This record gives sequence, C-alpha cells and structure tokens, in this order.
Amino acid sequence: MDLTRERQKARSSPADEILDTVGLYCPIPIIRTAERMKRLAGGAVLEVISDDRVILIDMPAWCRSTGNAFLGSRQEGEEFRLLVRKKEGHA
Amino acid sequence: MMATPPERSARVRAVGLLSGGLDSTLAARVLLEQGIEVLGLNYSTGFCMNDHRRALGRSEDDPRRLRNEGLRAGSDLGIPIEILDAGEAYLKMVLNPKHGYGKRANPCIDCRIFMIHGAADYMREHGAQFVFTGEVLNQRPMSQHMRSLRLVEKECGIPGYLLRPLSAQHLPPTVPEQRGWVDRDRLLAICGRSRKEQIALSRTWRIEDYPQPSGGCCFLADESFARRFHDKKEHSDVENIRREELILLKVGRHFRLAPALKIIVARDESENNFLSRFVDSRWRFEVPDTGSPITLVEGEPDLEMRRLIAAITARYSDRRSEPLVEVSGRRAEHEERLVVSPLADQALEAYRI
Repeated sequence: MDLTRERQKARSSPADEILDTVGLYCPIPIIRTAERMKRLAGGAVLEVISDDRVILIDMPAWCRSTGNAFLGSRQEGEEFRLLVRKKEGHA
Repeated sequence: MMATPPERSARVRAVGLLSGGLDSTLAARVLLEQGIEVLGLNYSTGFCMNDHRRALGRSEDDPRRLRNEGLRAGSDLGIPIEILDAGEAYLKMVLNPKHGYGKRANPCIDCRIFMIHGAADYMREHGAQFVFTGEVLNQRPMSQHMRSLRLVEKECGIPGYLLRPLSAQHLPPTVPEQRGWVDRDRLLAICGRSRKEQIALSRTWRIEDYPQPSGGCCFLADESFARRFHDKKEHSDVENIRREELILLKVGRHFRLAPALKIIVARDESENNFLSRFVDSRWRFEVPDTGSPITLVEGEPDLEMRRLIAAITARYSDRRSEPLVEVSGRRAEHEERLVVSPLADQALEAYRI
C-alpha cells in the first residue's frame, strides 16, 4: 500500500477513503478491502485502486456476498478504480 | 473454549471452508436448507494456480476463469465470505508437515488441520456453533478416507464440532446433530470418487456455475512443482527457506548446476516480467537486443558457472542456432558480457530439475 499515492489520488476521488492495491494480485486486494471496510462507518465509500483486471469480477462478487454495495468502476490507463459503499448498521 | 450454544431464539450459525468447488458449495447449501446461518472462509495459501496466473497477467487468459471461486460461490449462495491469508504459519507447515506429503508436495492432512484450526478460531470469534467442510468420505486417497477424517477431527481442536454434511450419515453423529442444531436425517450419505450424486444435487438446486473438479488447482499437487519443491528442500536449510523462494518455484524452467547453485529460465514475456520483480541482489542473464529469456540465479556462480548460465540462456534465446552468442550477465550495478555457444540440449538435460 502506497500512502503517498493514496493521498494524491484522494484529491480526485469522490470516496471517503482510498485503498491503493496496485501491484498486488487477488485475493490480496480483497483481503485488504475487507480489512479497511471493517474500520469504516456504515454508508462510507471506499475507492479501491488495482491493476488486476480480475478484480472487476471478484469485487462485485465480494460485495454481493457481504452485503456491501458495489457502486461501479472505471479504468485509468492500466489501473482500475472501484467504488464500494459499506452497508449500514455495521461499524 | 468450545463453541457457544445458540441463544434460544437465535439461528444456529456455522463456519464452513468454502473453496467454491462443487462439494463445499453443496455442503453449505445442505445447511442453508435447514435454516442454518452460514459464514464462509476461503484461504489464500499462496499455492493456488489461478492466483499465480493472475500474477503473470497474461492478457489472453479469460478473466472469468481466473476469478476467486470462493467469492463467486458466496455471492451465488448469498453468504458472507472472508478470505484469510494463510501466511507464514502455513509456509512452515508446508515445509514440515507432521503427517507427511502425498504423492507430490501435498501435505493434505496437515493442510486440512491447519484450515480447520483457523475455522475453529473464527467460529469462536463470531459466536458460531460448529465448523463444516465439503469433505466426502473416500473421495481422495490421502485426506478423505475414514482414518484421516477422524485424525483431522481429533487434531483440529474441536472434536465433535466438525460436521461433514455430504458424508455425515456414514460418520458418527456430531454434537450439532446430537443437540438437534442440525437434522441428521437431512444430511447426506455420499461416499467415494463418483460425483453423480453431487451433480444430481447441483441440478436440483440449480447450482450451475462451478469449476470443474480437476484436483489441479494447487501447485503442491503438481508434479513439476513438487520436483522443484523437494529439490529446494534437499539443497537448503529448511528452516530458512523464504516465501519468495517458494514463489519462484512456480515459474520458468529450473536447472540445478551445483548443490548451492540453481537457475530459473523464463518461458515467455509474462514470466520475464514476473522474474524481474525478484532480481534484487541476484545475478540475472539475458541476450541483449533479441528475444531472450531472463535467467535468474540463486547462489554465487564463479566464472565457469557464469559461462554455463550464459550458454543456457543463449539456448533459449532467439539466437539459439548461431554458433556464438553474446550474453549479458548483471548483478546490481556490475555487468559483464560473455560470448558463448548455446548449450546443446543433451547437455542441458543433466541439469534440469
């Protein structure tokens, strides 16, 4: 996780927090996402940045499985930016 | 501490190992049919072939075939899945399995015990009452015959609280069955290698999107990986083998040149890119300005060995048919050029792991 990159990217993100997983391959980005989501308040939005294209399949599946909301993704060059909203009622 | 009994009005909660294969999916479904709340655990061991294909990043690979099947199954079943990183403790187990290896480098019994131990911890942390798996009696030679199922149960730390829903009627009743948390009559009596019953059930429950059973998703059960793995153990201080060294066993062609010297020759561009991440302070060889593998060296080669490594690298380059090839050998800031003849295939075979 590159904190400097996360801070830079945060300026252009609609999310409450950013998680940079570039260079990591699934399932590690999903594991990190789950860890970070545990610290967020219900309703908060996390943006996950990844360069593993299979995350476009795994992240929606993880969201359906856990009850969090997958809000969509967009591609910027080699990277994917995915938005996930934490379900309400889980601190 | 053993499992907590469910509150009088609360649903019974179970933790299951969910690989996403048909058996674990059906095991979860059998319990869901009884109104039991199911939490799924999926382990990331570092030896999953799909995960490795993802790390190689070959664009021709269909992303759907590389998905995490545990997540897919959790999504289809509507149950939460947590992926656990097996980490260094798993690595230690793989290098020193108490119950030994199967035919390859597969420590299946210890692996089950490891995962069920983790599931038992998760059960206690999440107020669940028992653990279940998709194991089927007599389906696999090493880990799923009666003796090993009992051994795993005995050593996993939760005797009586480990349920195998697919074969439960062949096994002694567990505590969840005895206490009526689970209806034993609605558990199954599947046994053996035939998958007819599982396939029939999958049709009944419209479970259609699952990976084909091949047993080929774990590097530890792969023949060529196992050769490299046992070679690594034979030529290393086992206690000091690092995770990175095992990761490198997954890629390329491997040659042992001396007891303390081996090389890895990439097979394509994606493996070149993969090996490039592990160069660090190692020697690396390649033929400049042509299609060439990266050759990564583990050990300290003298000049004679560096010439041999250069000759092997040249053999796998696009200039393999030329009599003399210039090869670059680099280590950190140091570079040398060696002019060698590509090694003949017959000579090469003596070194192949």
